[in-house]
Order: sequence, then C-alpha cells, then structure tokens
Amino acid sequence: MSAPPLLALHGIFKRFGAVQALQDVELEIRAGQVVALVGDNGAGKSTLVKVIAGVAPADAGMIEWDGRPVHITRPHDARNMGIAAVYQDLALCDNLDVVGNLFLGREIHRAGVLDEVEMERVTLELLDTLAIRMPGVRRPVASLSGGQRQTVAISRSLLGAPRLVLLDEPTASLGIEQTSQVLDMVDQLRERGLGVLLVSHNMGDVKAVADWVAVLRLGRNNGFFDVTSTSHEQIISSITGATDNAVTRRQTHGWELEL
Amino acid sequence: MSRTWTPGKHKPADTAPRPPGRFGHRVRGAAASLGRRFRSGELGSVPVVLGLLIVWIIFEALNADFLSPRNLSNLSVDIVGTGLISIGIVFVLLLGEIDLSVGSVSGLAAAAFAVLNVNRGMAEGLAVLLAVLAGTAIGAVQGFFFAKVGVPSFVVTLAGLLGWNGLMLYILGTSGTINLSDKGLVAMLTGHYFTHVAAAYGLAALGTAGYFLASYHDARRRQAAGVPYRPMRGIVWRTALLAAIALAVAWVLNQFEGLPLALLIFLVFLVGLDCVLRRTPYGRMIFALGGSVEAARRTGLNVALVRISVFMISGTMAAIGGLFLASRVSSASQTSGSGNLLMDAIAAAVIGGTSMFGGRGRTWSALLGVLVIQSIASGVALMGIQTAVQFMITGGVLLVAVVIDSLSRRAQKAHGRV
Repeated sequence: MSAPPLLALHGIFKRFGAVQALQDVELEIRAGQVVALVGDNGAGKSTLVKVIAGVAPADAGMIEWDGRPVHITRPHDARNMGIAAVYQDLALCDNLDVVGNLFLGREIHRAGVLDEVEMERVTLELLDTLAIRMPGVRRPVASLSGGQRQTVAISRSLLGAPRLVLLDEPTASLGIEQTSQVLDMVDQLRERGLGVLLVSHNMGDVKAVADWVAVLRLGRNNGFFDVTSTSHEQIISSITGATDNAVTRRQTHGWELEL
Repeated sequence: MSRTWTPGKHKPADTAPRPPGRFGHRVRGAAASLGRRFRSGELGSVPVVLGLLIVWIIFEALNADFLSPRNLSNLSVDIVGTGLISIGIVFVLLLGEIDLSVGSVSGLAAAAFAVLNVNRGMAEGLAVLLAVLAGTAIGAVQGFFFAKVGVPSFVVTLAGLLGWNGLMLYILGTSGTINLSDKGLVAMLTGHYFTHVAAAYGLAALGTAGYFLASYHDARRRQAAGVPYRPMRGIVWRTALLAAIALAVAWVLNQFEGLPLALLIFLVFLVGLDCVLRRTPYGRMIFALGGSVEAARRTGLNVALVRISVFMISGTMAAIGGLFLASRVSSASQTSGSGNLLMDAIAAAVIGGTSMFGGRGRTWSALLGVLVIQSIASGVALMGIQTAVQFMITGGVLLVAVVIDSLSRRAQKAHGRV
C-alpha cells in the first residue's frame, strides 16, 4: 500500500426527498484499476456516479482525492480535479461531426476563429492512440453505429486528460461486436494508468474487464470483491441479498450455460 | 471518398467537376453520388439549385425579357430586403425555433426611421441606427420570454407579429404614408449603383481570389498537420466554377447599371454571418443547440444566453431588411412589413435548404431561396398574370422544399441517424 487511492469515498449519504438513495457508502479506486459498480435497479449506482461527478453532491461523507480531502459540489469541481463522466444517454449532437462533438464546449480557436485543422489533428491522434477505427471524423455522428457513438463519447471524456473516468452502463443496448469494442477501450484506459469506475448490469462485461467489483444493495455497500477470485454466484447473491431464491437459481443456471 | 473533407457542406460543386475521364463515366459517377446522398438524406443545396434553373428556363421560354440584364439586375436588388430578413430566420431555424414577428418588426423599423427622420428631422444616420437597434431590442425581449420564461417561440413571436404591427400603426398615426427623401442614405441603399465596369468585375475577381487563397491556405495547413486535405485539382475546379458564376453575374450587371450597392451589402452579410456560423465557437454553439439541447447544456453552455442572442440577430436582420424594403418603395406606410413578407422570408430559408427541424442549414440558403421566390414573382409580373398564380406557384415550391426536408430527415432515420 504505497500510494493513496486515486479516489476514496467514506460514509457517503445522499437523500432525494423521502428516498435515502445512499447510506454510509465506501468506495476506493486506484490508478490503473477498473472497478465495476454493480447492483440491482435502484441500488444507487447512478446516484453514486452523480455524487462523484458533482451532478448531485453528497449530503454527508468524505471524499479523498490522492489522499487529500476534497469537496465536490459542482460538475466543474470534478472536471477540474480530473474526473470525467460518460452518461448512458451519451449526450452527443447528431448533426455535428466527430471532431465537433469531441471538442464541444472547449473548441480550439485562434483569435475567435475555430481551428478546425488542429482539432482534427488532435482527434485523429487521440483515436489512433486508442486504436479506434472510425469511418471518418468529418461524418455527422448520426451516421455512426451505437458502439462507435459510445467510443466517441468516451474519447470526448479523455480530451481533458482526466485521471478517473466514470462510465455509466457503456455497453447497454450494444451488440456483441460493439460491446467488445467498448471493453477494449476500457482496457486501453487501464493501460494508460487511469482509474475507471464501470457501472454495469452485465456480469460478463464485469468479469471481462474489471479488477474489482463493488456491490451496492438498497443504497448500502454489500461487498467488494476481487474479480479473479470470486465466483459469479457470490457476486449475484450479494446483488440480490440472498443465496437461495428464484433469481439466483435462474442466474446461476444461466451463467453455467454460458461457461 | 472515404473521408469527407468538411462537415455537412455539400455544394453541387462537390459532384460536378470530377476530372478527368470519359464523360459518360463521369456523369454516371455524379449520378451515383447524388443517389447515394438522396438515400442518406444529405442533399444540401442540390434541389434548390436545380429548382432555380427550372424556374429560370420556364420563364425565359415564356418571356424572352426574363433573363435580360435589366430584369436580372432588378431581381438582384429586389431579393435583398427579404433576403436579409431570411438570414435572420436561418439562425432561428438552426435552433429548431421560429420567429413569426420578423415581418412586423421590419415594418416597425421602417416606420420608426421615417417618423424620426422625416417627421422629427433627426439626422439620417442616427435614425437608421435607432431603427436597427429597435429590432435588436425587440429580439431581446422575445428571446427573453422564450429562453427564460419558457413560452414557446411560436407563441411569443405570434404575439409579436400582432403587437409590433400595432405599434407601427400607432407611431405612423394619422399620417398613414411617409415618403422618404430621394437623395438620402436609405434611398441610396437600393438606388445606388457602382456604374464603373471595374466595380462588378473587381468584386468577382476579389471574391474568387479570396476563396482560392483561403482554400489553398487551408489545404497547406492540413497537409502540414497530417490530416486529410483537398487535393489541388479539387480546389482549382471549385475556384473555376465560382469564377465562372461570379464573372457571369458581373457581366450581366454591367450590361445594365453596374454593381448595385444593395447586392454588395447583401453579399457582405451572407459571407460575414456564414463565417460566424461555421468558423466561430458561437456558431458552433448554435448548431449544438439545434442538435441536442441537453448535450449542449452539459458542456456548460449558457443555453438561455445563446437563445436570446439568436432572437436578437433575427430582430436586427428584420429591421435592416425593413429599411431596404422601405428604400425600394421610397416610403414607409401602414402596409410596410405586411402581406406575404413573413411567409416569403421563412419560405426562402426553407426552400434554400435550411431544415425546419434545427441543426442543419447555412446563410447561403437565404440567398438561394429568396432567388427562387423573387424569380417566380418577377416572372409572373413580367407576363402580366395575377398575383394569385404567383402565390399558388410559390406555395407549391415551398411544399416541395418541406417535403424534401422531411424526406431527407426520414432517410437519415432509416440510416440509423437522428
């Protein structure tokens, strides 16, 4: 245990009206690690992402960044620290091309005139280092496939040279081929030494790329596992909160078929 | 062409000059490329240019005076008032909104200028400035109600359509029609011609040279940066096409009275605002808002501010256009800014290829669209047919334009776009 974790959350509470969305949540993410955040619907996964990204600041609790306590009250705070979030709905402008979307809100300009050449150069360079193939960076993103759109959204988050990337269900609604594209990209992020928090419903994805799995259940921590040494059943039962019920039996059966 | 060179810019020049090769082969290639674009919904300004050619051919066949230098020169001045208003409409349409008040605002600006200058004896320059600023202020008010209060733009500007027309009638009072001075600044706007032949040719040469240098410089920078660039041959072909069009226009204008000041001003606005839209971060924000409000908001963009500013541009352009329209008839009257001006301005933008769904369009669509509309009006007037026929033809053309817009949007959806 040499360096302090990149991000550490202690005793996070978050309430929306009558709903206690998060209670006393702990989480640690280290640089060069992919931590999967799993849980049933309504377990508080997305809320936790929003807390870290500053979209919905925590009511109580301590956040440490590089071992120093910090306050994240606005999206701006998180961005300045080096946290980038990619949400499920991607938030791309379909009418703009890949370059336009990547630089949306932080265009490079010289004396008030957009520097398209420089933006295109940086885009091609970034896509190249990530080993992403695009049909053309001057195409409207509307013409891209779901997986390509996802990679555009993730690439966009990398432009600000973040140290931690939050991915909210990046593979939901993607096909097999496209999912593997996105997972390859997550691997790339880890190799670049970034911390990654991957929210996912898909155990297959979690097993494929994550180093650690953090389970949330009803807004509380319900386990933190090393992926390599933990069985599917163990994780599933933490998610559902029981080892023996209809859901686990079905799930277990399903996983065995897959294996 | 695996990599398109610039985003969403599809001029007919893209396909036409594809050197060299057998002619038939080239035509087939161009047709295939056009078909591909039609299916994927990226037609750009191809339909409107074709439409314009058809309109011109039909009217020239019916009346040989239609393409006479005199008629074309008058046409180039007639389009300016409505065209300037239409540029403002393009900005609003890019947001996916609408401004129905531009007709009334243009009339109000003309009336305000006439009352201040003629009735109150205010200096002409100051009166022009106040009239234009009135348009800007009106845009700010309407933009505020839309962006901050959340009233749909359709309703805010519908109220404006009625309200500002009422205000115009009020300030005109009992005088009804105010005649403008023949020698004044505003009269010059549409009355002045640079009669020396060098003016029109010089502008054509300057514009062509400017285009060539900008393209060449851009290609060199791209080459140096190692990103895809347009080959020299493509630049030369496009420049040659532009030069041919520009010189032809200059030649026709010089056959009559030379380069109209009004056309020069219109071109300055078209080029200047085109640069604002496509070359500045502000323009990028407008396109982003037209594409996805939520995506734009998440990047930290001040949505309300951009929306208000766009309505201010629309109001300003409406006021400036109103002054040109008043200049054309040398008066401001109770009918200023009424009639089908509003419809023409909106129709011009849509016919020119700006989408009503937001996020797609260029200032040049205002020029192309208003050319179609005024050509029809001019041709019908030349033949002495009733305006009833003109309305029906223009209505039909507008319907075709909107159908193309909707179909291309549907084609994009079918391609998994939008």
